Amino acid sequence: MSEYLLEVKDLKKHFPVRSGVFSKVTNWVKAVDGVSFGIYPGETLGLVGESGCGKTTTGRCILRLIEPTSGEVIFNGQDILSLGRGEMRRLRKEMQIIFQDPYGSLNPRMTVGDIIGEAFTVHGLARGKERTEKVQELLEKVGLDPYHARRYPHEFSGGQRQRIGIARALALKPKLIVCDEPVSALDVSIQSQILNLLSDLQEEFGHTYLFIAHNLAVVQHISDRVGVMYLGHLVELAPKEDLYSSPRHPYTMALLSAIPVPDPDMRKQRILLEGDVPSPLNPPKGCPFHTRCPKAVEDCKEVRPELRELTPGHFAACHLA
Amino acid sequence: MLELEKKRILLRDSYGGDALTPEPESYGRMVWRRFKKHKLAMAGLYVLIFMYALAIFAPMIATQSYEAVDPPNKLKPPSREHLMGTDHVGRDVFSRVIWGSRISLSVGFVAAAVAVTLGVLVGATAAYFGGWVDDILMRFTEIVMAFPTFFLLLTIVSILERSIFNIMLVIGLTSWPSLARMVRGQILSLREQEFTEAARALGASDARIIFRHILPNAMAPVIVSATMRIGGAILSESSLSFLGLGVPEPFPSWGSILNAGRNYLLQAPWITTFPGIFIFLTVLAFNYVGDGLRDALDPRLKD
Repeated sequence: MSEYLLEVKDLKKHFPVRSGVFSKVTNWVKAVDGVSFGIYPGETLGLVGESGCGKTTTGRCILRLIEPTSGEVIFNGQDILSLGRGEMRRLRKEMQIIFQDPYGSLNPRMTVGDIIGEAFTVHGLARGKERTEKVQELLEKVGLDPYHARRYPHEFSGGQRQRIGIARALALKPKLIVCDEPVSALDVSIQSQILNLLSDLQEEFGHTYLFIAHNLAVVQHISDRVGVMYLGHLVELAPKEDLYSSPRHPYTMALLSAIPVPDPDMRKQRILLEGDVPSPLNPPKGCPFHTRCPKAVEDCKEVRPELRELTPGHFAACHLA
Repeated sequence: MLELEKKRILLRDSYGGDALTPEPESYGRMVWRRFKKHKLAMAGLYVLIFMYALAIFAPMIATQSYEAVDPPNKLKPPSREHLMGTDHVGRDVFSRVIWGSRISLSVGFVAAAVAVTLGVLVGATAAYFGGWVDDILMRFTEIVMAFPTFFLLLTIVSILERSIFNIMLVIGLTSWPSLARMVRGQILSLREQEFTEAARALGASDARIIFRHILPNAMAPVIVSATMRIGGAILSESSLSFLGLGVPEPFPSWGSILNAGRNYLLQAPWITTFPGIFIFLTVLAFNYVGDGLRDALDPRLKD
């Protein structure tokens, strides 16, 4: 088995909840509570889960846009959480992010050329005419016109803005790109365009994606392997075909049964989950999913299941799997 | 070839109809174009240009001295000689209103500048450093806000020497807190915006993030608020002068002319009417211009 490009070990991020006049810490939100996985060079790892399950926080922690509480993030054999500010800034060339909101992620006061070209300026890689040329080249790569460089973000549609965001992430030719729900805010018709663009770019540049989404169908389209998160935990991780054909965790099964099938003759058994996701302020003891799991037994309430390798490459965190 | 070009234009059109104007406009021109569409704001702008022209060319426009008394001709109604009549000691109201625009407008401008400087400084410091610095600065701001501003003004003015400079300073010193809170809120929310995060992900320095990403986006509401603040400062000065605590005699300000006329409201209404109209028009104009600027500066509002 080849080496991981990125390895996350027991990553935790607990946000303090403050209240009262003196802002005392009264509680902790365990947004990410011990997540471990690895990504191979050149592959796309999908990360799915409901809102609030910690998938976005995981992505932000990997880039150190949020400082993790504990754990290790090993990129290219280097633990990036131990890096100083200067070293971290240099490393940022290697890892980039594409955001969910095509409106909030572009500075409305900067031209598209400045937004994309900022990467070159920050790292002192190109300036003046050379920078302009590089920006124009990037614009063409993502399916926009070179003259768009002189316009402002508000002159573009959502899909076009997302292309600008992709060009910005691509500018430094990073090894890893974290895609934080890059198509969730777009029209369905535009979603597939952007997904195809992302795949094409990966083929051309050979970078690695961590693709975060809440939509299993979207992830199925683009990923090589898929991880499923629930309440700050990774509950299942498997190659795409394995996960979709033979899910091992009851939560994954429930999610998969919710994907609509475009065939009226094929009736699927839908697994309806009861209740809501428990609050991450007060997560349940034992298996985080036991409060809603249709198969839960006594053990599940007491003992937290570890992520185990069931068949080669297929991991699940369930006592019953 | 032509066919291809046509197809390209069609394609671009489907992006948002901007194919026919490939030359983008600069930010300043876009703001101006959008500002021009706001009719009331444009009217306000003309009023302000008129007022400032009066103030600048006061010596040429004023027909008489603002301080020459002429007791035999007191309380005369408007006439050819005295366009706005005369006051209780026979001074020409028209000349006093024209000269008064200098004081009223400059007090408004300087006081607003003082307030904006203090407000941006305090608000930005609090938001940037956070923690206990933020706590202390914001509690202090809230304390200043909780003071009844006008009585504070009265107190300070009665302690300090009454000069134009002190009046400007005092009005500025009492009106910064709401600005400080606004700036702090702006910066706090901009700091969490994804484009700031994107800049951090690119490895941009703190200084770059502050000066390229946060401040330019926080300035629009500050400019709008500053514009409206000038109107407010003019009102404060007028109120102080009306109570006899403003700019000392014989210098005229719109407020002090009003003050002089208040005992003759029925006998000689012209003494109060004309400066009143000037105050009203100017403050209204500043408010409309502020409104127009708010719409024009917001890049999220499509035109």
